[in-house]
Amino acid sequence: MGFTTASQTIGPYWHIIEDKALADLTRFGAEGERIELTGRVLDGDGNPCSDACIEIWQTDPPSSETFPGWGRANTDASGTFRLTTLKPGPVAGRGNTQQAPHIAICILSRGLMHHLVTRAYFQNEALNETDPLLVSIEDPAQRATLIATLEAAGVWRLDIRLQGENETVFLDV
Amino acid sequence: MNEDFRPYAAGTQPPLDVPDYRGTAKRHPLRAKHPMPQTITETTGPRFSERHFPVMADMTKSTSGKEALGERIIVAGRILDEDGRPVPHTMVEIWQAGASGRYDHPADQHDAPSDPNFHGDGRVFTDAEGRYSFLTIRPGAYPWPNHRNAWRPNHIHFSFFGPAFATRLITQMYFPGDPLLAFDPIFNSTPDLAARQRLIAGFDLELTKPDFALGYRFDVVLRGRGATPMEG
Ligand SMILES: [Fe+2]
Repeated sequence: MGFTTASQTIGPYWHIIEDKALADLTRFGAEGERIELTGRVLDGDGNPCSDACIEIWQTDPPSSETFPGWGRANTDASGTFRLTTLKPGPVAGRGNTQQAPHIAICILSRGLMHHLVTRAYFQNEALNETDPLLVSIEDPAQRATLIATLEAAGVWRLDIRLQGENETVFLDV
Repeated sequence: MNEDFRPYAAGTQPPLDVPDYRGTAKRHPLRAKHPMPQTITETTGPRFSERHFPVMADMTKSTSGKEALGERIIVAGRILDEDGRPVPHTMVEIWQAGASGRYDHPADQHDAPSDPNFHGDGRVFTDAEGRYSFLTIRPGAYPWPNHRNAWRPNHIHFSFFGPAFATRLITQMYFPGDPLLAFDPIFNSTPDLAARQRLIAGFDLELTKPDFALGYRFDVVLRGRGATPMEG
């Protein structure tokens, strides 16, 4: 028996291991609906977090030789991250439920002692109305912090506000 | 069997708001995390292959084979889950400052000599029993602007994935007997003393290679599945 090792911040120098190629989940030739997931990471003063590490994981399409399902991107001086992936479809939920299409997001940064977890759902997806997680968030404004908006053809935006007004809903998973 | 990963034990993880670590002031969420049952999204996770993520188990040499300066050390350990089961074939990422306490990173302005032969990145995979090992240079302490005369203790950054999105872990390994640990707000932010001490590697004479390098042991625990036995 043991307890999970304590988390420590990723710090400002994680770029030592950065590989920009990891931001493109389609780099092995995966076929499907290519999308860009982009957004800004902002602190409690609305200032950009320019040294964050954003990781994503999705279970649909299932990971394969051509699709890792996982990616990593940095944020730039404006706090912006950009990932290229395939648009997920619905996935099974607990019991007999179904989850709306979503991408899990892990946020790591200087000033974060433990990574934060949130999700990107997709605007105007009918299943959003019955998704167990979205339904469990009563305040529509809070729910909206998990829903990416279509910015241009194939480009979905989800800004992540770490603190304060319109603070992103972070998940206890 | 309950496949969910169990919650973190009280006190064993740092809070997000750490007043002594100034960087957390504007970056910690104010609202409590939203509870949600784990789904397939959290209980599964990425697989990494050595084909796409080549092993870099010797950090002491430049790409052209020139040797970095500093004290060579071997760091090794096991990755287990909370029930003591090994976590096999999982990727471990490593990064650190060089012997002088400087990162090979443009944002590091510390006025200490940089070492052209040390970039400070490593990558290994655990074996079937959860064991990993790599060779590096003992990192130096470095100043940071958190408070007057603030210095980070010697440390190595680690990234672990484990079997699921829910087992992601980023941490730092420290060295035994470091006088700076007592003053470091990052190390000291975890409330539980034993949990803090588990971040300190143990000097290991068995791991030490005669006439070559000192050995340090750093064992890591990732989240386990199911309810804790104490909860029945
Ligand atoms: Fe560091």
